[in-house]
Amino acid sequence: MFDNPELMKAIFGRLTLEALPLHEPILVATFAAVAIGGVAMVGALTYFKLWGYLWKEWFTSIDHKRIGIMYVVLALVMLLRGFADAIMMRVQQAMAFNGSEGYLPAHHFDQIFTAHGVIMIFFVAMPLVTGLMNYVVPLQIGARDVAFPFLNNFSFWMTAAGAALVMASLFIGEFARTGWLAYPPLSNIAYSPDVGVDYYIWSLQVAGVGTLLSGVNLIATIVKMRAPGMTLMKMPVFTWTALCTNVLIVAAFPVLTGVLALLSLDRYAGTNFFTSDFGGNAMMYVNLIWIWGHPEVYILVLPAFGVFSEVTSTFSGKKLFGYTSMVYATVVITILSYLVWLHHFFTMGSGASVNSFFGITTMIISIPTGAKIFNWLFTMYRGRIRFEVPMMWTIAFMLTFVIGGMTGVLLAVPPADFVLHNSLFLIAHFHNVIIGGVVFGMFAGITYWFPKAFGFKLDPFWGKMSFWFWVIGFWFAFMPLYVLGFMGVTRRLRVFDDPSLQIWFIIAALGAAMIAIGIACFLIQIAVSIKNREKLRDWTGDPWNGRTLEWSTSSPPPVYNFAFTPVIHDNDAWWDMKKRGYQRPADGFKAIHMPSNTSAGIILAGLSALVAFALIWQIWWLAIVGFLGLIGTAIGHTFNYHRSFYIPREKVVETERARTQLLQTARA
Amino acid sequence: MLGFWLYLMSDCLVFAVLFATYGVLGANYAAGPSPKELFDLPLVALNTSMLLLSSITYGFAVLEMQKKNQNAMLLWLVVTGLFGAAFLSIELYEFAHMIHEGATPQRSAFLSSFFTLVGTHGLHVTFGIIWMITLIVQVWKFGLIEANKRRLLCLSMFWHFLDVVWIGVFTFVYLMGVLR
Repeated sequence: MFDNPELMKAIFGRLTLEALPLHEPILVATFAAVAIGGVAMVGALTYFKLWGYLWKEWFTSIDHKRIGIMYVVLALVMLLRGFADAIMMRVQQAMAFNGSEGYLPAHHFDQIFTAHGVIMIFFVAMPLVTGLMNYVVPLQIGARDVAFPFLNNFSFWMTAAGAALVMASLFIGEFARTGWLAYPPLSNIAYSPDVGVDYYIWSLQVAGVGTLLSGVNLIATIVKMRAPGMTLMKMPVFTWTALCTNVLIVAAFPVLTGVLALLSLDRYAGTNFFTSDFGGNAMMYVNLIWIWGHPEVYILVLPAFGVFSEVTSTFSGKKLFGYTSMVYATVVITILSYLVWLHHFFTMGSGASVNSFFGITTMIISIPTGAKIFNWLFTMYRGRIRFEVPMMWTIAFMLTFVIGGMTGVLLAVPPADFVLHNSLFLIAHFHNVIIGGVVFGMFAGITYWFPKAFGFKLDPFWGKMSFWFWVIGFWFAFMPLYVLGFMGVTRRLRVFDDPSLQIWFIIAALGAAMIAIGIACFLIQIAVSIKNREKLRDWTGDPWNGRTLEWSTSSPPPVYNFAFTPVIHDNDAWWDMKKRGYQRPADGFKAIHMPSNTSAGIILAGLSALVAFALIWQIWWLAIVGFLGLIGTAIGHTFNYHRSFYIPREKVVETERARTQLLQTARA
Repeated sequence: MLGFWLYLMSDCLVFAVLFATYGVLGANYAAGPSPKELFDLPLVALNTSMLLLSSITYGFAVLEMQKKNQNAMLLWLVVTGLFGAAFLSIELYEFAHMIHEGATPQRSAFLSSFFTLVGTHGLHVTFGIIWMITLIVQVWKFGLIEANKRRLLCLSMFWHFLDVVWIGVFTFVYLMGVLR
């Protein structure tokens, strides 16, 4: 059977033993480490009999809080992978001078910069943002769950399935060597005949479905499930930014799905959308992908802005300055983000008038963004500022992000962009806004809401260590890239001729090493906090003297979040309740209607990953079987009409009584 | 319902991408056949009427649902499904005919974008029919309960949405294509 190539091809498609990268020592070592780690983890889970617990309480859970936590865990795991890629690039570029080729072959280096971009955006930043929104939004609006709890679980597993496919490409076959947006004609079948681009396409398609559905879900949640009294202009700012972000998701991700589908038709069916002949037009792809891509950066940064708004007002002990202008600024950014996509390729040659239109709209975005910065500053002005870790991230963000914003405005000038296009200046700019904006924001958010999610604060010492290493490391890693960009160094280079450039790359590599220490400190912080959790315990549910509704429940909140739906009179609802001397109701509890857990989400996502894998390797029979299984399971799931249950009154009474006692002990 | 509307709007954007692509690439014949030579308007008109009629019959089904006439509703749903199947058959016939004449999706960017736009719509109709069959079984088994009514209304929105998209396809692709 093994001698019959036709038969082997029918069974395994393009998948052969050759696909395993046994000849690449770096990958073999990585695989050994991952395999040992994986076996150890599976062994530990089996030994402590945790599989049942994980399956019942987490994997099949439709509780928005658990799903939010799983998103963040996924993002942190993927951060380690994406960062490993980053540091490999930094080392390679610092080494490859004076005739040295560095240690990474071109074939590998090109996969690394592609994987770094894809992973950091889709599987680190996106799940962090979605995870925080999932966790916080229902609590902030006084809801018991999201609008479609099953869909929420399914969305998470689709994202995880996409991440799993990217990880699989590390050891089975290879990833794309095209850069993170896979521009044709390079990504077309003529120039990328291997599986790399197919891994890229299918992992993003699978994860994209999850992202889109979670966008639909959260919009419906915010629009339909707010507590009575919470009008739109009384929503917490984080919820506002979440609403705008999800509107952007629903309005942008279908474009990504569409354009990737066209690329796959070019690759699989031989159509001519983006080819160089038969009337195809590669710039069509570039336009379409940036119509998704530009809103995407606002999808990431708006929730971070929301976090900073919550953090600034909480730790300044003041109402947010200019709430209304903050909301309008967010909405204006949402709309403008659709009118700027062409600034990513001024060099396309669309002419002076088109370029100036997009240059001007791009510059206009800095106005609402600047208004936000001033609002935060005025919130701090005359406030009693507490320099807790989330507040430190916020201040670092303001200092860093403003620089990134200004270099962005510089790039928005088309003649300047003609010089700086695809240079390291651009790389420095977008890392400046994504790390300085999104990553700092997510760290602020994680530190801020961690006690809500787990019932104890994160250790501040290790938090501050992580903070300083990250912030200083960031400046060391990316300021040299601005300099190099001005000198005309382009992105994605593996070796360099001019020895005078080396010092800047060495400084950048040192910066990356400091960020590595920052990440290590963050992990240590989590470990130390778990160890000292009794000392860091939050009994009150309101450890920061917070202002919004999530701080009115216990930490961690009960499954049902709120025994009684609160009534809202002010946009700092909880602050207002505290001021008015709010008393928790002690009786009158009722049974609570909740959705039941289901394994349909993880099964459907698993089948999707299987179909994607089969399509990547062109194992047609498996793709067909998997697809039929997918449809069958989906239809089968719709025959399940019993998707909810009641938490009995006694259980609610018991939970709430325990909380009353806790609060009394805390006060005493 | 709001959630389904949001989904429909996102689907609408997928079609927007395909329409935009057709708009940009639709005149790139690459020395191959042009719309005037390919499109058979009477056939497409017949096809369009199948889909439009199916929308009307779905409307009748919803009216019967509101009057709680389960059997009449199921009957109209079956009629809708048959119209949908007729639409698909005519479309497949049209495709087969074009491919037979050498006008394959690979021939030119115009044909790539034509087949993808019209084919994606057809794929949606196919899924609509699968969904309809599922719902017919579910209503037949469990009756017109709240959950089923909601599903029927969602499918109704989906079905009419496909009708609206088809009117766009008919106008922009077929009618304007023949004019060009």
